[in-house]
Amino acid sequence: MDFDLSEEQRLLKDSVDGFLASSYDFDQRKKYAAEKGGWSKGVWNKLAEQGLLGLPFSEDDGGFGAGAIETMIVMEALGKALVVEPYLATVVLGGGFLRHGGSAAQKAAHIPAIIDGSKTLAFAQLEKNSRYDLGDVSTTAKKKGAGWVIDGEKFVVLNGAAADTLIVTARAKGSARDRSGVGLFLVPSNAKGVSIKDYPTQDLLHAADITFSGVEVGADAAIGDPENALPLIERVVDEARIAMCAEAVGAMDESLKSTVEYLKTRTQFGVAIGSFQVLQHRAADMFVAVEQARSMSMFATMASDFKDAKERANAVAAAKVQIGKSLKFVGQQSIQLHGGIGMTMEAKIGHYFKRLTMIENTFGDTDYHLNRVTEAGGLI
Amino acid sequence: MDLSFSKEEIAFRDEVRTFFKESVPASTRQKMEEGRHLSKDDLVNWQRILNKKGWAVSHWPKEYGGTGWTPAQQYIFNEEMQMAPAPSPLPFGVSMVGPVIYTFANDAQKKYFLPRIANIDDWWCQGFSEPGSGSDLASLKTTAKKKGDVYIVNGQKTWTTLAQYADWIFCLCRTDPTAKKQSGISFILIDMKSRGITVRPIQTIDGSHEVNEVFFDDVEVPVTNLVGEENKGWDYAKFLLGNERTGIARVGVSKERIRRIKELAGKIESGGKPVLQDQRFREKLASVEIELKALELTQLRVVANEGKHGKGKPDPASSILKIKGSEIQQATTELMMEVIGPFAAPYETHGEGSNEEMDWTSQIAPSYFNNRKVSIYGGSNEIQRNIITKAVLGL
Repeated sequence: MDFDLSEEQRLLKDSVDGFLASSYDFDQRKKYAAEKGGWSKGVWNKLAEQGLLGLPFSEDDGGFGAGAIETMIVMEALGKALVVEPYLATVVLGGGFLRHGGSAAQKAAHIPAIIDGSKTLAFAQLEKNSRYDLGDVSTTAKKKGAGWVIDGEKFVVLNGAAADTLIVTARAKGSARDRSGVGLFLVPSNAKGVSIKDYPTQDLLHAADITFSGVEVGADAAIGDPENALPLIERVVDEARIAMCAEAVGAMDESLKSTVEYLKTRTQFGVAIGSFQVLQHRAADMFVAVEQARSMSMFATMASDFKDAKERANAVAAAKVQIGKSLKFVGQQSIQLHGGIGMTMEAKIGHYFKRLTMIENTFGDTDYHLNRVTEAGGLI
Repeated sequence: MDLSFSKEEIAFRDEVRTFFKESVPASTRQKMEEGRHLSKDDLVNWQRILNKKGWAVSHWPKEYGGTGWTPAQQYIFNEEMQMAPAPSPLPFGVSMVGPVIYTFANDAQKKYFLPRIANIDDWWCQGFSEPGSGSDLASLKTTAKKKGDVYIVNGQKTWTTLAQYADWIFCLCRTDPTAKKQSGISFILIDMKSRGITVRPIQTIDGSHEVNEVFFDDVEVPVTNLVGEENKGWDYAKFLLGNERTGIARVGVSKERIRRIKELAGKIESGGKPVLQDQRFREKLASVEIELKALELTQLRVVANEGKHGKGKPDPASSILKIKGSEIQQATTELMMEVIGPFAAPYETHGEGSNEEMDWTSQIAPSYFNNRKVSIYGGSNEIQRNIITKAVLGL
């Protein structure tokens, strides 16, 4: 048992923290988000130069062979800085599908372009009625010759408009909620029949609603088994949840720091408001919530290597519950303790609150995951 | 970073687990499982079994009889003991006065007291709180006036746990009435058989007799019973209270209680099916389990950080352990109440030793009532928030 970072991990943390401290303050972030597509190509290239985009890929694929802990370090840093670039969509989700399910040819076609920053990806999964159920897929993939024809609608696809390649869940067999019959397909975003409606999200990211009508792809578009990709989808989405837990810890950490700083500097009744015990205890409770979330983020990070998929899923669900509870408390109280200024768009604290709130509603909220842990018979 | 136990640590866990399985007396284990009070003999007997094995004061330095275990091993030992379930040695000797003695006392005191603590030849109790000094401990009024080679002690202590069995009490007494609050206090060891000491029981809301008032009326105490320097007692008390906080998460106790909740909720029916199948109940239980897992990890992080804050200085993050640990312990007793439902009501008076035949269900409500104490003692949860505020957040 050892909670310390290794020398390499420490260096990684210092370098990503250092880069973001020097080039990703609140005003710079606003500028990046205003660039075409909603994020900065310049920042993306810097992340590539630092090797961050290649982190989890094997050395054979041109990456660094780093593990879940390294992703946790990066995501926590991205959370602290409220980074809008599509790391989760491209490296964690897109990269995850390729790493765990891609053929040699698929890896060769996509991974080098992810690593060098020239291509980004998006995961088109959510449907009108699927909510958090990954197996609820109505979009269809019908066989045509050796290839496939994809029809359906996907919603809130993070980085959907900027992505070069979409990874789409579509049903090759069975009916909407069957566990089997779901496939994963690589679809170029400029393929015929793909129409993309881009919009900003509450937390300043970009997402898209995407319609696929009669989109034809080759036999080589399917990642893994086209009729049984759900276990792969669940694994990679778990990795995205784990990454978001770390991102949330970074954002909560920074929210608490900023709130404590505000309590020290804001004066009312002739004293710093941090001298009032009711506010001190609220801040102490926020600290407890952040640390409990950090513990579960670490737990989930470790769980990504669990051999047993059920055990992994249960641990990740438990972490998402703790993170959900903590982020709601820390996010809401950060606004409360900042008072009126916390309500303004120009203060950074509200932007943490908004990102945290969107994390809660991505890939399963607290109730959804609590239900999963309950159905699994608990955790102890 | 690697959160799994090493091969050596797992082997150690198995060794400890086997020992507990084979060595905890069956009657003691049963009482623990049913949440009943243990007798003095149960506790003394068990600690002597531990001491024979060399594990009664496992966390002490080796030269005083400790084991030299790593913080991780110490954690495993405590958790296995709580889950066995086996009684943890009473803290007053082994975790409170013991470490003060080996850290601050003179050689004669170490030589006399430490082995007796390990073997529980002396039963210790704690003389800190007074009627007017709870969270504001430094306002204490009990005095010790030096007269020749004795102190004359006058005053009153309260909430003195298990003083009815005690051979010795370690007391904070005011030795310099002119000094400011914290600086005139001394740490004095007092033989409970001394003339002028009266112990009066306090009955708590669960009906049990755990705590007492202790009155000192011109009690003569040899000056050789002073620990360390006169008027430096506050420093020793702070050291002691810091040690108290680290063991307080009681993760193993809550795990064992959750196991028991599941067992009972699987048997007791409501609306024709086990309570365990009630969706609302199951979700509440799962919620507590998740909180407990988070606490366990936080505890391990604090354990792994031990020693990085300077010797004898507790990690201020250990206040989290106190806050969440007590909340979770209380939540588990609440869930027990839900499981038992209307059968929580019957009350049976119990004196010591007379409760052997009692139906265990009548212990569930008292256990719930009794556990309200855990967020009050050892520095109330509000005091813990003060500690976080000052020591961590710098407000």
